[in-house]
Amino acid sequence: MSEERYDELSRREILRNIGLGLTLTAGGADLLSAQAAQHVHQAVAEQKKSGPYKPKCFTAHEYRTLQKLADLIVPADEKSKGAIEAGAPEFIDLLASNNADLAAIFTGGLAWMDREMERRHKANFVSATPEQQTALLDAIAYRKNDAPEIAPGIRFFAWARNMTVDAFYTSRTGVDDLGYKGNGSMSEFSVPEEAIQYALRRSNLA
Amino acid sequence: MWYLWKEMLQIQPRPQVYDVVVVGSGAGGGTAVKVLTDLGVNVALLEAGPMLNPARDFKEHLWPWQVPHRGAGDNAELYFGRMQWGYFSAPNGYWDIDGEPYTVAPGNEFRWFRSRIVGGRTNHYGRISLRFSDYDFKPYSTDGLGTDWPITYDEVSPWYDKAEGFMGVTGTKEGIRSAPDGNFLPPIPPRVHEILIKRACEKLSIPCIPSRMAMLTKSIHGRAACHYCGQCGRGCVTASAFTSSQAMIFPAMKTGKLTVISGAMARELITNDEGRVTAVSYVDKATRTEKRIRCRSVVVAASACESARLLLNSKTSRFPNGLANGSGMVGRNLTDTVGYGLNGHIPALSGLPRHNSDGIGGMHMYVPWWELDKKNKDFPRGYHIELGGGFGMPQLGSFRSACNRHEGYGKALKNKIREEYGAIVGFAGRGEMIPNEHTFCEIDPNVVDRWGIPVLRFHYRWSEHELKMAKHMHETFVRIIDSMGGTVLGLRNPEREEGGISVGGTIIHEAGTVRMGDDPKTSPLNRYCQAHEVKNLFVSDAGPMVGNPDKNVTLTIVALAWRTAEYLAEELRKGNV
Repeated sequence: MSEERYDELSRREILRNIGLGLTLTAGGADLLSAQAAQHVHQAVAEQKKSGPYKPKCFTAHEYRTLQKLADLIVPADEKSKGAIEAGAPEFIDLLASNNADLAAIFTGGLAWMDREMERRHKANFVSATPEQQTALLDAIAYRKNDAPEIAPGIRFFAWARNMTVDAFYTSRTGVDDLGYKGNGSMSEFSVPEEAIQYALRRSNLA
Repeated sequence: MWYLWKEMLQIQPRPQVYDVVVVGSGAGGGTAVKVLTDLGVNVALLEAGPMLNPARDFKEHLWPWQVPHRGAGDNAELYFGRMQWGYFSAPNGYWDIDGEPYTVAPGNEFRWFRSRIVGGRTNHYGRISLRFSDYDFKPYSTDGLGTDWPITYDEVSPWYDKAEGFMGVTGTKEGIRSAPDGNFLPPIPPRVHEILIKRACEKLSIPCIPSRMAMLTKSIHGRAACHYCGQCGRGCVTASAFTSSQAMIFPAMKTGKLTVISGAMARELITNDEGRVTAVSYVDKATRTEKRIRCRSVVVAASACESARLLLNSKTSRFPNGLANGSGMVGRNLTDTVGYGLNGHIPALSGLPRHNSDGIGGMHMYVPWWELDKKNKDFPRGYHIELGGGFGMPQLGSFRSACNRHEGYGKALKNKIREEYGAIVGFAGRGEMIPNEHTFCEIDPNVVDRWGIPVLRFHYRWSEHELKMAKHMHETFVRIIDSMGGTVLGLRNPEREEGGISVGGTIIHEAGTVRMGDDPKTSPLNRYCQAHEVKNLFVSDAGPMVGNPDKNVTLTIVALAWRTAEYLAEELRKGNV
């Protein structure tokens, strides 16, 4: 997972995340330090990975097609980067390299995209124009368009969308996009009054 | 001569006889271990799974991206329905265990979740801790269905006090008959969606009160107060969420009174000519060898169905139907909780200012049963409602529903997901099933597991009572979502035959298979969860429960196990067992 910046998760941050527990409990200190060690070890291992990602499962062409598709499914916008930066193609490639059923779904689906685009415009998916690409996606991104000619595309796109969305929102980029603030420690649980008033004001329950 | 005698001693050392062998290390076994060792009794604990190591096994605080597969499993098991339990979850158990099958009678549907780890299901469970009500102990007297317990709420109440005091349970005194008050730690403030749900419930005259959960809102018994990361299900390194492993078994190991034997699959209880248990026969999984451990008494706490299996597999000429089964009731009266769930999208929560809503792992508010006195309902008993919602840590699958509903792609999909994040609320009904003659487990005469132990065959059928209750749940959840100005996600008026109600076993609240009662002709156990026919045999899990009220079983397992363990210790002291 090259482009997701693991170094964002610094040693300091990892230790801070779990270190607070150390001040809370005396008895469990040995357990906590072991836990801390595990986290740090893992994060450091991730940071060592660098250089461009080499696909384990897909051919170079398949991988480029997958990258294009992921970029169309979750693009960068005004608020955040997109699926490529979040490591979606690497995630799918890694899992497909360990699961033949998944590999078949993606190699088959990507090939279908190329054949369909060639049938329509005499170009494979990545070489087609952006308008041609979105026209094909507009057809296969909705169940209501289901018809024998594009049924395989609709089934495949549901897989590609689910896994791309999964990969994006389980990355630091996606978590920040949503504004998730947790996975840390609080000494007391409380909810900001501003949030309560926001919801009550917008509801019919005030 | 002396040498010879000494050599013989070394060749055939007299095996140690433990005061008590406990089979199973979950809520019931852990409680037995804690209470007995506190009273100075020598205990050996058999656990079919490995020892738990929180530092190694718990994945608390890990972000999904810190694992290359992000929680899908190395081989993408999650995407093919082959993941046994969440990757980030604490070690807990399995829906399927290699080499340890069970069977389901044709035309029946049942799923059996089994634990194989020190601590059992308490390493992960939801920790909802509700006392049974006075009427729950007298169901037959209340509405003519089921069977009365041999004990009353007033007899169990002091044991609930002890269980709550030790485990640490949040809550408030409410004076509601369907939700008896307890020995509570401070409650935890409601999240924003829970405030809205409470207000909506007020409009509908439905109570919504602070939840009763076994997480520490302040430090007790050397366990640190909660740090509100919301990840109790992943295992808690500070043991702020109750587990039998961390709160009961690990401390007991330090007393010198406890011997833990993990990887030990109990096969059979060995009895002597007087019909007393003298040993437990078990398979040492690591070496696949048969071993025996000798005891003065045994506490079977292997989970309702595994305990029934162990008794049914302990057949002798004296006990041809299995041990403690003269009544024929071992394996019978199996129940699980009635489950039904529905989600809603609440526009008032869209764009809610972001904040940390993790809190404790699970709901901060819940709805106890509210129609106790209503006369003309079309189903007996009741249910409680568990609430979900808030800004959860994004996981694989968190936005599957959004993808399915909105479809499409690109910036539009991204905007939809942002807008809905934190604006989805969930309702889960958890209701009481009445025991019926079609629902039970028995030994399958044709199948043994990899250890050569005959396996269970399940029969399971919901009755009209449960199906009608699930329909009532659906209608209630729709009313609450409507009152919040929300949209029901899923079918508004589903065809409600079997559809929608949980598959038997999947709520993981099995109970009733070794029930207690005063009459040995109709119940295997007496009022102390002691076998009528075998005085040194006790059962401490949900097996002894005569009914399965709409209150998750764990707190009552602990309370009854505590009571049984003190009784057993006293009987040992008096020389009665």
